[in-house]
Order: sequence, then structure tokens, then C-alpha cells
Amino acid sequence: MSVLVFAESTEGKFKKVAFEVTSYGKKVAEQMATNLVVLTINASNTSELHQYGAEKVLHVNNDKLTVFNAKVYANVIKQAAEKENANLIIIDSSANGLYLAPIVAVNTQAGLASNVIAAPSSTSPFTVKRKAFSNKAFQNTIITSENKVVGLAKNSFGVKENEVSGSLEEFSPTISDDLFGIKSTSIDKTIGKVTIADADIVVSAGRGLKNGENWGMVEELAEVLGAATACSKPVADLGWRPHEEHVGQTGKQVASNLYIAIGISGAIQHLAGINASKVKVVINTDPEAPFFKAADYGIVGDAFEVVPKLVENLKAFKAQNE
Amino acid sequence: MKILVCISHVPDTTSKINFTEGNTQFDTNGVQYVINPHDEYSLTRAMWFKEKQGASVTVANVGEAITEPTLRKCLAIGADDAIRINTQAIDSYSVAKQLAEAIKNGNYDLVLAGKESIDYNGQMVPGMIASILDYNFVNACIGLDIDGSTASVSREIDGGKEVLTTNLPLVIAGQKGLVDEKDLRIPNMRGIMMARKKPLQVIEAVNFTAKTNAANFEKPAEKSACKMIDADNVAELVALLHNEAKVI
Ligand SMILES: Cc1cc2nc3c(=O)[nH]c(=O)nc-3n(C[C@H](O)[C@H](O)[C@H](O)COP(=O)(O)OP(=O)(O)OC[C@H]3O[C@@H](n4cnc5c(N)ncnc54)[C@H](O)[C@@H]3O)c2cc1C
Ligand SMILES: Nc1ncnc2c1ncn2[C@@H]1O[C@H](COP(=O)(O)O)[C@@H](O)[C@H]1O
Repeated sequence: MSVLVFAESTEGKFKKVAFEVTSYGKKVAEQMATNLVVLTINASNTSELHQYGAEKVLHVNNDKLTVFNAKVYANVIKQAAEKENANLIIIDSSANGLYLAPIVAVNTQAGLASNVIAAPSSTSPFTVKRKAFSNKAFQNTIITSENKVVGLAKNSFGVKENEVSGSLEEFSPTISDDLFGIKSTSIDKTIGKVTIADADIVVSAGRGLKNGENWGMVEELAEVLGAATACSKPVADLGWRPHEEHVGQTGKQVASNLYIAIGISGAIQHLAGINASKVKVVINTDPEAPFFKAADYGIVGDAFEVVPKLVENLKAFKAQNE
Repeated sequence: MKILVCISHVPDTTSKINFTEGNTQFDTNGVQYVINPHDEYSLTRAMWFKEKQGASVTVANVGEAITEPTLRKCLAIGADDAIRINTQAIDSYSVAKQLAEAIKNGNYDLVLAGKESIDYNGQMVPGMIASILDYNFVNACIGLDIDGSTASVSREIDGGKEVLTTNLPLVIAGQKGLVDEKDLRIPNMRGIMMARKKPLQVIEAVNFTAKTNAANFEKPAEKSACKMIDADNVAELVALLHNEAKVI
């Protein structure tokens, strides 16, 4: 018996979530008094995983797996679980992780708990806390089946250093051509821009900015902070900003360390997408804006005055702390 | 083409979230139910296939009689018929199992679901249906075209999008972007009248043991009050973010 973590990489490099799921896997393996195995596919610097507690790294290197394919990857994960006799599999909540988890669960006859935010409160019965009702509540879920899959919510457990001297094993699963029922024809990525999914800080603005031409200061603020930019739904619907930036109930989920909301009223559907962020700052002309109730820090003021000042102050702060 | 749209019946987003019976049951008191917003995108795309490509559109829900008004609303929007699989939705796996059974029996070519139900936030059911049936599956779908038995699908990835090609039968988890927001439909009077006469079939559930169960619920701890900073003292905000919140 062991715990299997799938550590995702893109173009050979691990994403931050890979270290988070590994940290989580280490913790759960300790609780269950068993060992941790971390599976990686076409990753280059596998030794990085030992820093987060990976005792054993199982590494697959195969050209057929260069482009992510959920069904194929899920099959590789299943083969790894069988080989390692793992009955608990942990997967992240990136776009690919969310795609994989239900497939892996069905293929391994496992019960799946998604959106999990903490280590199990009990390992027998296996009980985990997960987000529900758009972050307005938590659900304690018991996985009753023998095999289990946990989908870990982003930025929930955190990345925890826990250096171990680990081992590396090459693994060559069977990859059947029959699994490639879906073919990737193109991948289009915004290069060089911090994405909402990966960002530690997100700077977001709403209809209070009056029109799409006023986003220069928001982008500047995001740049000083190394943040991703985001917006409210009407802003995307009006075409002021691209749809990928829309956060909320029907848009992206943000689980960043810091979320700065400028000229956003704080409608419940917007908050549903950002409640999981740790620290929230609100800048709004209206002291009665509902967003202040959900915020940690607030400034009542005109965005067109406050944001440029904030940029200036942050630049000064950065210069001092370099 | 035969399309099945999976409809999750969820509390309206503005609903108060409370629990009863020692925090083990969701308190439905005063809660308004709606079509899950992500499913609405999928239903809207299905209507396009009906109108432009002559597809038939069935909507299905796994739930008890309380979900019927939501299915009727889908019929009023334009679906041809509805199926309710009569059982309490216990966990994602059992819901997926029930839907998979109905899909197999009805020989659907295309199954459209939403990426996530906004109540239990599972993001699990569509992928499970596809895996149970061994159909192709695309998650987080933001574009779908069908030509004969070939599908061209776009999915959202972290920081961009990916275009994929595949074949029917196919399961899709749709989300915002799949259709234009302005194409979402509100049922009109005529639609509502017609919906009354459309078939809503109730079928019994197949036997299945759930793999997870919800022990109980918790509400987040009360938030402490927002710290207000003077608009003329932005430097203080920077200091607080650095020293107190430790996020910069
Ligand atoms: C089913 C459904 C799903 C939805 N999903 C989402 C979703 O996913 N995401 C989402 O965001 N919304 C969603 N909405 C819409 C949501 O209800 C709100 O309408 C929306 O969030 C409001 O956007 P806003 O705050 O940018 O605009 P407004 O509500 O117009 O707020 C603008 C704010 O800017 C402030 N302001 C004005 N001028 C300035 C200035 N100069 N400086 C600073 N502040 C200023 C105002 O005081 C006001 O608070 C959804 C709605 C429904 C019904
Ligand atoms: N009880 C249900 N009946 C029908 N479809 C459902 C049900 N629950 C979930 N679905 C479908 O599966 C999608 C994802 O749901 P979930 O996995 O619960 O987040 C939803 O958007 C629906 O399309």
C-alpha cells in the first residue's frame, strides 16, 4: 500500500501545484503510515520533488506523452497505481488535473473527493474537508470505497519544504494507440503573461473603470506586483477585457494570496469566485459597496486617483526591498 | 444527432446557505432553484444544434420530484423532452452511473453537461459518465462544432486554449464561452405553454452503491471587519500588505 501523487509539469518544468500536491501527499502518507510515490511524465528536474517529501519518484519518459491527453495520462496514472499498489491517488486542480481526476476515479473504481482543502481529519473512515456551495460552505466527505482519489484545491494546503533523500525509478507503462480518441490540433497560450490560474496575486477591475481604455493603470499595477489581471463579468461581456479574465461564479476561480478589486461592487456571484483568496483589498468610491464586507483592507476612493498612487508607492517599496 | 443535456438543479446563487439536522442537510427553506448556469451554456449550444442541424434535444436530471420545474424550464427554452431519474443524488459516481445508464439505453450521440454544479462543486460527473461508457470526453469546453460524426472542440487550459478533434459519441463539460452570453434564453409564454405538453418521463434508478458520502457541512468562520485605509495614505496599505498580511 502506498500513496500516489501525480506531479504535473509543462515543457519539462514542474508547476507550483506539483509541489503543493507532493507536500500534501507526504503529509497524508505520514498519517497513513505508508510511503509516498510521486509520478511524473516527461519532467526534467525530478530531484526537485525530494525537497517536498517525495521518497520515490516514478518517472515516465515517452514521446507519445508530449502533449497532454487526459485519457492517456489517466491510464498511465492507473498503471502506476497498480504497480505501486497505491489505493490513494492525489491529483491537483489545474485545468489538466480537473480533467483527469474523474477519469482516474472511474478507471480505478475509486471514490473521488474534489476541491479538497486540507489533510484528512481521519484516515479511517477517510474523511476530507472540501469546498462546496461556491466557497460559502465546506463539506466533510467520507470516501467509503477501497480505492480513493483526492483532488486538491489550488493554494489550499500550501507548498511545504520537507527534504528527503529520495530515489528515482524509470517507469515504462504500456501506451495503447486505442486510447488516443482525441487529438490535439493546436495549443494557444498567452506567452509571458501571468495567468489567473498560476498567479499569487490577482489585480481585478470592474465596471467602475467606465470603459476599456482605462485599463492601463490596472496593467501597470499588475506589472509591479507580478500579478495576473482579471475583471468582473460585465466588463468581459462588454468586451472591455477578454473572457479569460472574467472571475466569479460563471468565470474563473481565484485562490491567490492577494486579490485587489478595483471598482467592483462585490455582487455575490463575483465573490463566489474569489472567496478562496487569502487577502482581499477593495478600492471603491462607494463606502456602502458590498465588497467591503468581504474584504480585509479597504480604501474608499476614486480608482483613478488611488491606483496611480498605489503603483507609485509599490514602486518605491520595491526599490527599497530589492 | 441525438443530444442529451445533463441538467443539475441548484440553488440560485443569491440563496442563503444554511444547514439543518446537526449540519448534515442543506436547508432548502426559502431557496429558489435554477438551472445550473454552466448547464445553461450547454443547453443553449444544444438548441443551436437543434435549430441549425436538426438535432433532437433531451434534458435529464437525477433527482426527486422537486427538480421537475427546472426540467420544465428547459422544455420551455426548447428541449424536446425530459427524463428524470427518480432518486436522490447521493454522490457524483452514482449520479454519473444513472446518467450513463440512460445514455446507453437512449443511444445518444452527444452528451452535454456543465463543467461544475454550483452547489456541491464537484466537477466530476461528466468525466465519470464518459469513462463509464468509454466515450470521448472534453472538459472545460469553450467551443464545439459537429460535422457528421466528427467534432472540433476547444477547451480552456491554464493560460490559453487548446483545439481538439474527436468523434462521436462524445461527452462535453461546457462552460462560459461555449455560447455567446446574449444567446442565453429566457422562456417566453409560448414556450412555457408548449412545455406543459412535452413529455417528461420518470424512470427508476438502477441499483448502485455510492462511493462517498457527505458526513456534514461547516460554514466558514466569521470574517473580521475590513480595515479601512485613508485614500490619502496609500503608503499605509503597502506597509500593511507587507508587514501584517505578508503577501507582498
Ligand atoms: C447567474 C449569474 C451569474 C453571474 N456570474 C458572475 C460572475 O461570474 N462574475 C461576476 O463578476 N459577475 C457575475 N454576475 C453579475 C453580478 O451579479 C454583477 O452584476 C457584477 O459582478 C457587477 O460587476 P461590477 O462590480 O464590475 O459592476 P457594478 O455592479 O456596476 O459596480 C461598479 C462598482 O464600481 C464602483 N465605482 C464606480 N466608479 C468608481 C471609481 N471611479 N473608482 C472606484 N470605484 C468606482 C461603484 O461604486 C460600484 O461599486 C452574475 C450574475 C448572474 C445573474
Ligand atoms: N443530479 C444531476 N442530474 C443531472 N445532471 C447532473 C447532476 N449532477 C451533475 N450533473 C451534470 O454534471 C455537471 C457537473 O456536475 P458536478 O460534477 O456535480 O460538478 C453539471 O453541470 C450537470 O451537467
